[in-house]
Amino acid sequence: MTPSLYLWLLPLFPLAGFAINGILGRRLPKAAVSAVALLFPAAAFVQVLWIVARAHQGLALPYLERFATPWIAVTGFHANFSFLLDQLTLVMLLVVTGVGLVIHLYSVGYMAAEDGYWRFFSYMNLFLFFMLTLVLAANFLLMFVGWEGVGLVSYLLIGFYYTKDSAANAGKKAFIVNRIGDFGFLLAMFLLIAHFGTLSFREVFANISAHPDLQGGFLTAIALLLLLGATGKSAQIPLYVWLPDAMEGPTPVSALIHAATMVTAGVYMLARAHVLFGRSPLALAIVAIIGAATAFFAATIGVLQTDIKRVLAYSTISQLGYMFLACGVAAYSMGIFHLVTHAFFKALLFLAAGSVIHALGGEQDMRKMGGLRKKLPVTFWTMTAAVFAISGLFPFAGFFSKDAILAATFETPGEKILWAVGLVTAGLTSFYMFRLWYMTFFGSPRYDESSAGHGEHGPHGVHESPWAMLLPLVILGILSLAGGWIGWPAALGGHDWIAHFLDPVFTSASNAQLVVPSAADFRLERILAGVSMLVALFGWWLADLMYRRKPQLADSAEQKTRPLYTPIWNKYWVDEMYGAVIVRPILALSRNLLGRGVETGIIDGANTAMTATASGASSGIRRMQSGNIRSYAGWLAAGAAAVLIVALYLSHSF
Amino acid sequence: MNEPMTPSMIAFSPALRILPEILMTLTGVLVMLVEAVLKPRTSRKPLGIVAILGTLAAIAASVYQLFLPAGTAFFGTVQSDAFSVFFHLVIGCIVLVTLLISLDYFEGHTSFVGEYYALILFGATGMMLMTCSVELLMVFISLEISSISTYILAGYRKRSATSPEASIKYFLLGSFATAFFLYGIALCFGATGSTNLYEIAKGVADGASPLLLTVAFGMMLIGLGFKVSLAPFHVWTPDVYEGAPAPVVGLMSTAPKAAAFAVLLRIAYGAFGTAIHIWMPLVWIMAVLSMTIGNLGALTQRNVKRMLAYSSIAHAGYLLVAFTALAPMGIAAASFYTAAYAAMNVGAFGIISYLSGYNEARTSLSDFAGIARRHPVAAAAFAVFLISLIGIPFTAGFFGKFYVFTAAINSGNAWLAVLGLLNSGVAAFYYLRLLAQMYMVPVEPPREADTAHARPAFILAMAILVLAVFALGIFPGRILDLARAGAATFSGPANAASQTVPVALLRR
Amino acid sequence: MLCAWTVSLMQTPNYFWNYVPLLLQILAAVGLSSFIVLASWLIGRHRPGKVKLSTYECGMVPQGDARGRFSVRFYMVAMLFILFDVEAVFMFPWAVIYRKLPGITGSRFFGFWEMLVYIGFVLVGYFYIWKKGILEWSKDQADL
Repeated sequence: MTPSLYLWLLPLFPLAGFAINGILGRRLPKAAVSAVALLFPAAAFVQVLWIVARAHQGLALPYLERFATPWIAVTGFHANFSFLLDQLTLVMLLVVTGVGLVIHLYSVGYMAAEDGYWRFFSYMNLFLFFMLTLVLAANFLLMFVGWEGVGLVSYLLIGFYYTKDSAANAGKKAFIVNRIGDFGFLLAMFLLIAHFGTLSFREVFANISAHPDLQGGFLTAIALLLLLGATGKSAQIPLYVWLPDAMEGPTPVSALIHAATMVTAGVYMLARAHVLFGRSPLALAIVAIIGAATAFFAATIGVLQTDIKRVLAYSTISQLGYMFLACGVAAYSMGIFHLVTHAFFKALLFLAAGSVIHALGGEQDMRKMGGLRKKLPVTFWTMTAAVFAISGLFPFAGFFSKDAILAATFETPGEKILWAVGLVTAGLTSFYMFRLWYMTFFGSPRYDESSAGHGEHGPHGVHESPWAMLLPLVILGILSLAGGWIGWPAALGGHDWIAHFLDPVFTSASNAQLVVPSAADFRLERILAGVSMLVALFGWWLADLMYRRKPQLADSAEQKTRPLYTPIWNKYWVDEMYGAVIVRPILALSRNLLGRGVETGIIDGANTAMTATASGASSGIRRMQSGNIRSYAGWLAAGAAAVLIVALYLSHSF
Repeated sequence: MNEPMTPSMIAFSPALRILPEILMTLTGVLVMLVEAVLKPRTSRKPLGIVAILGTLAAIAASVYQLFLPAGTAFFGTVQSDAFSVFFHLVIGCIVLVTLLISLDYFEGHTSFVGEYYALILFGATGMMLMTCSVELLMVFISLEISSISTYILAGYRKRSATSPEASIKYFLLGSFATAFFLYGIALCFGATGSTNLYEIAKGVADGASPLLLTVAFGMMLIGLGFKVSLAPFHVWTPDVYEGAPAPVVGLMSTAPKAAAFAVLLRIAYGAFGTAIHIWMPLVWIMAVLSMTIGNLGALTQRNVKRMLAYSSIAHAGYLLVAFTALAPMGIAAASFYTAAYAAMNVGAFGIISYLSGYNEARTSLSDFAGIARRHPVAAAAFAVFLISLIGIPFTAGFFGKFYVFTAAINSGNAWLAVLGLLNSGVAAFYYLRLLAQMYMVPVEPPREADTAHARPAFILAMAILVLAVFALGIFPGRILDLARAGAATFSGPANAASQTVPVALLRR
Repeated sequence: MLCAWTVSLMQTPNYFWNYVPLLLQILAAVGLSSFIVLASWLIGRHRPGKVKLSTYECGMVPQGDARGRFSVRFYMVAMLFILFDVEAVFMFPWAVIYRKLPGITGSRFFGFWEMLVYIGFVLVGYFYIWKKGILEWSKDQADL
């Protein structure tokens, strides 16, 4: 019997932090709140390191830990309360606790002046609890528990600045859009229960593996429904709309939840369910197409955004698209690899952006920045590492993972178009990231020196952030540079370490990946790497041209490409479309169905257009809720008549 | 029918089959008599405590019934089995918590509150009796006992205008609906010559006058559909819930519903089990209608009580989804859902009764703005109940829905589950709006003195409910086992009588 | 003859034939009553006068509107009267079959105790209204 790893402790650490800060935080001094908030995630991180050490000493993976057997047992299926540890989980654990801890540290500095300090940290710890549950879960049900939980905390944290109306609405939007994804996830679970009678990863996948003849059919249905869930959580087409709005939350939240961890849960889920997807080529193809399309689509929007956090939001969507693309071509370990490097550099980008915003007293518009290179040196240099990483410049982290995905796509038969899309997106990425870089740190200052800086810092104006914020920047900066080396490809003289590490998890699915590469393959890979490097450099050159050397060029380009520019500037009117096609009809139905007691002005935005449609139509149905008892009795009688008629009709038809 | 004297039955008196009801009645009578002799101005709190003790005794008696072999008594009119015990426990716990919430609610506002306690106890007697009746006339009588009590309770805030209005509306429409139920019973008797559910089941299986039986089932569905506020018989719900005192709404939106659903389960699966093709489409349609109308209605409400009224219509719809599943799983899912729904809804209305005060002047959505700052603990409890109503994991609401929809899909009703899930997606919107009001809207100074301060009994009640919400969500095992044992009693009259309830359930 | 006909009808398979006697009963009742009214209207002479058209031809002279308001106590007393009346009615069928009850219930005293329980509840109700002062017309209690 394998010795216990005490996995159950892992999520309990942050839960304890949540409980302490949530219950007592209001009365505790700030220092104590910070100590609690840092200590418990740190403890979790230490335990993860301990587990890594144990794994290194030859602990047999996968390792399963059960707590309540059976947790739920009903006719037809049962589920255990159990945690599963394999290489994939281990990687995720490291990212979640490691990056999580760093961002917690950063938040101590960033949120220092905010109201509700304790509230913020209790939510953050709660988030870690749910995220760890999600990652550790050994069955779909428990995974869903974490899945919903992180969504809930995300909702709470997006709406953290509750005095802002837009923040509360953004939170709601995130939650509702995710409900659509959850709907898919839940249905997938029901189908799994109906077909396999279990939700345990092991049993379901073993069951599928035991039946080689199972192909497509209901497996495709399940896979597509899971995919719907993943698109919700990971902000992919068609459910990406919530993520840009989610930037209303505090910046550390954007870094932790909406860049590094929660939004990658969808990718994790796809990787976890790879056995299922492996049996459905159709579903896999759709995953790849969604990934490539989202990557490209979001990158184009990112090109024109002026809000620094929104640029990063769209770039997150785009990078998540890469991960989906990787999963879609069955290169799961590449997807997870990109997930890891992305967690490093995207968290860093957000944190550095936060540092800039912090320095400018809350300014997020890049048109009002510029020339900050000298004033914020540490921020500048770390940000530079992140920009280089995301643009895919050698030898930064992003280069290795993005290149691996592109190479895998290229080598998959029939996916050359997706590869081309990915390559163009890489160029776009490089372009808008360097655009951000130049607009923020180069050129002449466009900000208002007197209004910048936090009030209590006195008249110092723009200043570098405190050490609690800079240390995380430096750590993540180093990781953005070196973090990708774990996947240094064999073609470039490395060992492909991460791919080999994850292989035991994915062997059954990625049979094509196990073929020993030949020298020709290596040559091809090197060429591909060179091409993508060139594309990235081209993006850099273009940004350099338009935003540093000849700024007027940007304006003239805008004039010349008006037909292209307008839809992109308006983000393709997707939000408006959803409003018109889904939100308004539902509201109209609700209003017309129940006339009495309905006031306007309840649901944001959709009212003015509503009134016109609502007032004219269907005054007959309106009377349903008149408050008049005779009409109620009338409705009752009518309903009774309807029921009897239906009953009689049915009894005749049988 | 003459079974009380068979040798196996001599061991215990038939009265043990209705022991919880007897205890409730006696406590009610006691409270009522003492109320009559007490001086008008003296506090009625001791009476409330007596009522609580009586309820506790009834709960204990229900648990004791688990140790009896399942069987009928009083000439085959009542049957105590795991199913009835399950609902006895649910109703008993609802009543217990409601009494705790009410203990201080009327203090200083209304005199003669002893009547209130007595009415709750009598109503609970009726509801409990409903769940263990296997004889339609008995069902009808107990339905009336429970209904009349709730009619009066709805009007218990005598000084306000809305409360009596709610009471009158509930009474008139309720009597109208009950008439349908009675007519359904008459038709059943006409078709099969009996009002005993098992006899009816035989008649249905024999295929006797299908036309008459169809109409009979339709009539009974109408009567019970009114009680559980299923669309299209839901119109009374928002008005009545808005007007009635909040603690009473908590009670009447859960306990009578649980009882009525228990009866519906017994009728649908027990008596009409072989005519499933007749009632399945009806139930299907009503489930979809209720979910949709309830959720769409709640979407635009500004009054929190009205909003929760619509939400209760929707939840009745979710519950009905379980009916479309095949027998044992569907019954267990429906039973479990009543318990889960009871925990969160009684809690929600309890918090409303606390936050909006006796006059219920503060029930609009904007009155809940910034409540989290002024009443952090109450707001947190409310948040738990709302989150459970949304159906977030780790809460009772999630597991209830999960189980119901699993049951539906397993029986091939995937579309119904899809509609239900879509509906619960829409539902998240209005619950979230309330949550956002509480937590994310800047604090406004209250318009009038906010005198709410929690008493120990109230705190205890809320603590019980919050724990129940989490317990049902995280460790639903034991309750599920009981629900499943209850569902198993439906396998037939012969089985039900001979089957021993697994006592091991309690020891696990 | 008619009886034999109905008996033969009742033996026919259709369920609703069972109700033919009931239908005949209804027809007879309606027929007889309409016959009486119609006959008296046809035979009698119609000479309306002021006294004849008054509400109570031989009683009190009505005063005021019939929709005037009464004290709620009238309703209370009326309701209580009906309640106890109906409760007493239950005792008649019980008394009629009392001797047969042991045979029906299988127990010698079951029927006896049941009625005792029932009367006990009625007494409790009686005690309650008495103590609440409903029976005292002049006692004013604000909160009924």
